[in-house]
Amino acid sequence: MTWDWQIFLTDDGSGRTYLEWMLEAWRWTLAVAGSSWLVAMGVGAVVGTARTLQDRPVLVKLANAWVELFRNIPLLVQIFLWYFVVPKIIPAFQQVPGFVLVVFGLGFFTSARIAEQFRAGIQALPKGQRYAAMAMGFSTWQTYRYVLLPMAFRIILPPLTSESMNLLKNSSVAFAVSIAELTMFAMQAQEETSRGIEIYLAVTALYAMSAFAVNRVFAFIELKMRVPGFVAASTGGGH
Amino acid sequence: MFGLDLSFINWDILQKFVVGGFIFSVQLTVVATLGGIFFGTLLALMRLSGKAALMGPAAFYVNGMRSVPLVMVILWFYLLIPFLIGKPIGAELSAIITFIAFEAAYFSEIMRAGIQSIPRGQVFAGQAMGMTYAQNMRLIILPQAFRNMLPVLLTQTIILFQDTSLVYAIGAYDLLKGFTNAGKIYGRTEEAYLMAAVVYFVICFALSWSVKRLQAKIAIVR
Repeated sequence: MTWDWQIFLTDDGSGRTYLEWMLEAWRWTLAVAGSSWLVAMGVGAVVGTARTLQDRPVLVKLANAWVELFRNIPLLVQIFLWYFVVPKIIPAFQQVPGFVLVVFGLGFFTSARIAEQFRAGIQALPKGQRYAAMAMGFSTWQTYRYVLLPMAFRIILPPLTSESMNLLKNSSVAFAVSIAELTMFAMQAQEETSRGIEIYLAVTALYAMSAFAVNRVFAFIELKMRVPGFVAASTGGGH
Repeated sequence: MFGLDLSFINWDILQKFVVGGFIFSVQLTVVATLGGIFFGTLLALMRLSGKAALMGPAAFYVNGMRSVPLVMVILWFYLLIPFLIGKPIGAELSAIITFIAFEAAYFSEIMRAGIQSIPRGQVFAGQAMGMTYAQNMRLIILPQAFRNMLPVLLTQTIILFQDTSLVYAIGAYDLLKGFTNAGKIYGRTEEAYLMAAVVYFVICFALSWSVKRLQAKIAIVR
């Protein structure tokens, strides 16, 4: 076979080149992944912390149920639920754009995994840390805010890194509900141009680059937030 | 309830649309797990071999697979296999090949951790007994590594089962597709997705609960 990279400079029939379309799709991928990451981190941190509250058994049960619910249904099915079923059950969601529904789906799915990491991180801390905070007269909120969470966060940075990379890769599932992101572009452009290998190579490279960028950003955060003399114990990888 | 009507689902419809898809999903999961563990173990051994000619390609393959979304890998194989063998290939067969190749990368990381969790003294003991590398691996190291990693391997299998739903990208007929088709034909799309979610949840929840039990059991034995 011969390469035909010119394909990226040809018009796709709507006045833009395939290259422009692909970069637009890349922005959609980053937008879906970025927004979902905010949802996943926010919800994941709260739910994961709730699972470690020793004097609130009801909250612990609820948080555990949250994790089990969102972890045991495939992402694609969850996206379909948000996109098709939720607007049908709750009419208020009919006005919500598809992008936001996908962000909920991907964000909540990932929040279950991040909650699991927060729980593991908090429980990996020596019990003495909690007791020390209690002895200082800290309230529960203060114990978590000033003692437990800052250390737990540093411990779970490595698995958080791989989970964030997973989130970026999982954003590809949004193609199933017609979000104009990279995988959607790959499928449509492949069909229109029959230059699938060139298109797939470019899209794959963009995914790999984005995942690598996420990896570097987290490595930078890890370096900046390192506590001198404290070596974070690895708590095992993600996925 | 909530404008949904689940009453259309009965045993006939399940048998006609869903059972076939369910069987394919399970087949895909089992074949990809066994194949993935087999090739994953080979990849792990290559990466731990200490020989640059083996370590380089294995690391390239594993890291490459792990940095690309599964959906893209599914699309790649569906495009490349017919291109390489010169004739079209069914979505189902393509999915099976894809999942073995993709999961091998993930299982190899688990097996690598498992092999590294065995104390070096075990290797030396095997060598002192006059065992060859192959004997040492097959009789001493791998059985222990496999046992240590059993919960992780099973958890990966549950994730794999969930991921099989992504064959949606190439239109293979799996459990999700069974529900989707039934929903489309009877004009009950939303209800069908809900049922699919319930079925996946029950299966995955039961499996992960069993893995947790198994983990507790193994922990006591040690």
